[in-house]
Amino acid sequence: MIRVFLPSQVDFYTGGEREQHLDAQGINTLRDVMAALEQRFPGIRFRLVDEQGAIRRHIAMFVGETIVRSLDVAVADNYRVQIVGALSGG
Amino acid sequence: MTGKIALLIGTRKGAWGLESRLDKQGLPGPWQLVGPQHLGSVVSHIVADPRKAGYQLMSVGSGHLGPSVFLSSDAGASWTEAKTPPAFSPVATETCEARSVDHVFWLTPGHASTPDVWYAGTSPQGLFRSDDAGNSWQEVAGFNHHPDFFQWRGGDKDGTPDGPKMHSIIVDPADREHLIVGMSGGGIFESHDEGLTWKALNKGVAMDFYPPKDDGSEYEFGHDPHCIVMHPIHTHRLYHQNHCGLYRMDRDVSDVWQRIGNHLPKEVGDIGFPILVHPTDPDCIWVFPMDGSGLWPRTSPDGKPAVYCSRDGGASFVRQDQGFPAAQAWWTVKRQAMALDINDAGTVSVFLGNTQGQIWGSFDNGDHWQCLVNDLPHIYAIEVVRLP
Repeated sequence: MIRVFLPSQVDFYTGGEREQHLDAQGINTLRDVMAALEQRFPGIRFRLVDEQGAIRRHIAMFVGETIVRSLDVAVADNYRVQIVGALSGG
Repeated sequence: MTGKIALLIGTRKGAWGLESRLDKQGLPGPWQLVGPQHLGSVVSHIVADPRKAGYQLMSVGSGHLGPSVFLSSDAGASWTEAKTPPAFSPVATETCEARSVDHVFWLTPGHASTPDVWYAGTSPQGLFRSDDAGNSWQEVAGFNHHPDFFQWRGGDKDGTPDGPKMHSIIVDPADREHLIVGMSGGGIFESHDEGLTWKALNKGVAMDFYPPKDDGSEYEFGHDPHCIVMHPIHTHRLYHQNHCGLYRMDRDVSDVWQRIGNHLPKEVGDIGFPILVHPTDPDCIWVFPMDGSGLWPRTSPDGKPAVYCSRDGGASFVRQDQGFPAAQAWWTVKRQAMALDINDAGTVSVFLGNTQGQIWGSFDNGDHWQCLVNDLPHIYAIEVVRLP
């Protein structure tokens, strides 16, 4: 199982659920995680990842404790993924 | 005339509505603020569909999230998200680098004969079309992938601080295949085949921010139009407020813009963002000049806000400031933040919203003004809609 933690900025899509558990089968990268989230919450991916496949500038994604900037990063069973709104804006 | 008049207000922090019931003379009673909706989102534009009662589109952005478009079928009471918001092609082409939409800046309903068509303008600059009432969007490839597109749009520094804007998407009411768009920066372009091919429409427009050409000729593109309007009935009449002045064009006479802003007082100047044209009188316009001198503060000249109205096509202007603060009011009014409405008696109500979050209204053609709302966030856009 992969645990995914989501920020308040996507409450519109998740109904306020901040933690999701994904079946690790078929998930090899962060891209697969985003596809699974999109299936669960249609529309969420484009708000977090742009049309060129880049993580949005003011969104931060962590795999474990490591901040990542690419969806190619490996994700496997028992991994923890955390998506947060970056400390920016005003 | 009965029913309600409502302002659809887009701000940097969400959307609001401002509603009032009209009396028998068509004048508004007390105003009621409703909302917010999408609190915390950047709402660049909310537009009611003149072809479909109660239908509205809203561009929704965010400091964190990517851009989207929301749709309402019940006059804004509830919203659903577009299934496929505007997005650029995911791969670069020979003439177009791979780009990502930062925000949807402008929304325009299509021609009356194509009731499900909408257009959207984005930042970075792109033109998009929907054929299903805003639910899914495709690039207008004839524009976005035009071989000269990257020359048209100017340099990376030629845009507003939060990104270059595609705006003022005009669908000619007399010809659904005739489209006009503004690129800020880049200039004005038009198509006569519903977006397949395009040409520049910038003759006569100053471009003070570029050095003069050695041969004395004009630049064909690269200009900075801020807002373009076409008269809805006399469609040969165009006006546009530019970074470098205020212009008029009569297509039945010439394809060269004439600088009517020279008839504004020198101490006020002819720099601004919005421009409105009277719904039936093509010679009547309203502008809100801002300071384009020195460091370009783009605030009311000398801290004294005023609308200027011309009733002779720009040959002369009348200052309209009764009710506005007399001094120390440093307003900025963005290009979508003026709107108007006309009642059965032919009286025009004019509205403006400033970046201080105030909405002001005049119910006598701009002669007298009153503050309707004081404490909204930074206002980006106002549109007027009639409700039952």
